[in-house]
Amino acid sequence: MLFLASCARPQQSTTIEFWGLGREGEVVAELIPQFTKETGIRVDVQQIPWTAAHEKILTAHVGGSLPDALQVGNSWMSELVTIGAIVPLEPTLVPREDYFGGIWDTNVIGGTLYGIPWYVDTRLLFYRTDMIPNPPRTWSEWMAVMEKLRRENPSRDFYPIVMPTNEWPQPVILALQRGAVLVDDDARAHFDDPRFIEGFSFYVDMFRRGYAPAVSNTQVANIYQQFGEGQFAMWITGPWDVGNLRTRLTAEQQKSWSTAPLPAPDGTPYPGVAIAGGSSLVVSKRSEKQEAAKKFIAFLSRPEIQSRFYELTGDLPARKSAWRAIEGDRELAAFGRQLDRTVALPRLPEAENIVNAVAEHGQLTVRGQYTPRQAAQALDKKVDAMLEKRRWVLARSPVPSPHAGGERVRVRGDARREERPLTLALSPHAGRGDCRPEARP
Amino acid sequence: MKPQSRAALLFLTPGMALIALFFILPVIAGFFLSLTDFDLYSIGDAANTRFVGAKNYASLLDNPLFWRALTNTLYFSFVGGPLTIAVALAAALLLNAKLARFKALFRTIYFAPVVTTIVGVAIVWKYVYHPRVGLLNRMLDAIGIQGPDWLGDPRWAMPALILLAVWRGFGYATVIFLAGLQNVPEELYEAAKIDGAGEWKQFWHVTLPQLGPTFVFVGIITAIGFLQVFAEPYVMTPDGGPLNATLTIVMLMYREGFRWWNMGYAAAVAFILFAMVLLATLANTLIRRTR
Repeated sequence: MLFLASCARPQQSTTIEFWGLGREGEVVAELIPQFTKETGIRVDVQQIPWTAAHEKILTAHVGGSLPDALQVGNSWMSELVTIGAIVPLEPTLVPREDYFGGIWDTNVIGGTLYGIPWYVDTRLLFYRTDMIPNPPRTWSEWMAVMEKLRRENPSRDFYPIVMPTNEWPQPVILALQRGAVLVDDDARAHFDDPRFIEGFSFYVDMFRRGYAPAVSNTQVANIYQQFGEGQFAMWITGPWDVGNLRTRLTAEQQKSWSTAPLPAPDGTPYPGVAIAGGSSLVVSKRSEKQEAAKKFIAFLSRPEIQSRFYELTGDLPARKSAWRAIEGDRELAAFGRQLDRTVALPRLPEAENIVNAVAEHGQLTVRGQYTPRQAAQALDKKVDAMLEKRRWVLARSPVPSPHAGGERVRVRGDARREERPLTLALSPHAGRGDCRPEARP
Repeated sequence: MKPQSRAALLFLTPGMALIALFFILPVIAGFFLSLTDFDLYSIGDAANTRFVGAKNYASLLDNPLFWRALTNTLYFSFVGGPLTIAVALAAALLLNAKLARFKALFRTIYFAPVVTTIVGVAIVWKYVYHPRVGLLNRMLDAIGIQGPDWLGDPRWAMPALILLAVWRGFGYATVIFLAGLQNVPEELYEAAKIDGAGEWKQFWHVTLPQLGPTFVFVGIITAIGFLQVFAEPYVMTPDGGPLNATLTIVMLMYREGFRWWNMGYAAAVAFILFAMVLLATLANTLIRRTR
């Protein structure tokens, strides 16, 4: 008996450090006792607020004080690989086929796996069921719906759609739907290209035709209340706002909204693509307890732990087998369909800077300072300058392709795009750090 | 060497060593950093760093965002600085008046914002500036003026921040002015009164000249504080506010350095700011000397 007892806890003294971000960092503590019971490994959790996380992780790397394992926004992955902060993970750690493809790809940099998706998100269409009985499935249906809503209600207190002009996901998603490449393998910008310009013009048109108000998210006083009262009919946002709407709208208002996957450009398969977001779990290079850290990641990735995590946080599980609990939820189930159609942003350390430049130029175009074509040319110039360093580094020592996986992803059903690699990746951070509307009182 | 000098040197050494280690050395390192393209790739592998000479400075001058930040910072400083000094002087005069009651209480009230943490201040002021339910617009409403969306409108975001900064900073200058006022010899006022000077003339010919050195000190401290403005725009209008209306030099430096990790570029921004602060300080001292 004694012998058995000592075998059950072989590494009694091992303690690993784990950094969790925001609410997830708080909730993960509840899952740890079971892990410690099973493995004898203790986990010391530190919670980092989302707003400070990115800076804190990079400075911690420089200062040599990263924890053994940590949660990161999956759009930060290529940055962390570039600075050598995290180690490759064995693909056998978890069954890959149980994960959404677009999300998995964001964790693969140059053919090597560096992170395991923890939870996922993406953006899709939130709409008012009383104003839009059937959500649009194509861009032309989408335009027609907005035109009709505008005609029926010309008042400036109402808009068919809200797209805050300082959020980058909307213009970037529309351009990616049209097949835009943004940046190629040689770190050259590709904005002055019909595919980008078409998507970008579609975005700008919604403002020019008066379907969307040209306001930033700090100018929208209370987006939930306005949506609940029907001051706008559509909104492109992520799963976190399902919870926000459910807690903030009155019981009566709850009946009149739902979610749907994004419409697709005419002639392309429905739903249209969105960008893959969410958080991943990674192991730091300086950790001396990498094996224990990997065990912890494998534990958090188990389907039953994923389901439990979903119950605790409302975050969408990365593993499809943990989605059974969600299938009955109409609003969240739409995310499951959208997640099967996600693409990754270029996996470059500069990606976030680039997409922010897109939003900035979108804002200038909406305000009439540029035509879409001029905005695209200005973006080419700006982004090419940003990537000058990367081209120099590439020329010195070939770095893995930014279109991760080594595999070149192509968008189905678009013959014109057949020749070019499409950058697929999803950025969970997209919805979080930068673009998630601040919680409002 | 005289024994006294040796003793003085001995006592000065620890202080000088600390200043050299933690101030002069980093400044020199920062200057060299500003001549390189140190960034994320350099953190991964130091060999990925190039010496680029003045290129960071040149591309800064070519960056419209830099000029935007510079204009915003100067706007903030040239409006906010003098306003702070004027409000502080007025408050100090009131506190110093012989008729004033509850001086200690008012002194505490004026000084309280200086020691209140900016994050708490920001939460309260965000409510004050709220376009619909904010205190400020409610008050404007009561007198029949429709207030703007203070933090959301590119024209009003900066004035809103200036108001906040003046409120937050004038208490410090008030305390210094108060000390200066209490040092003005009473005899000077008596002499002025005998010569038939009224309140205004006493203020102009006695109080102001006597406060000269205080003005230089307050001017320099305020100018440095305002040119380096960061906390107010960072907490009130993250990301530079509407159309970058509240992007300041330090915010630009923070964004380039800690958001995009272009450390070399950010160091160049820091040195330009350093030059600006140096100029402002020299100008303040010169103005005083020529008087």
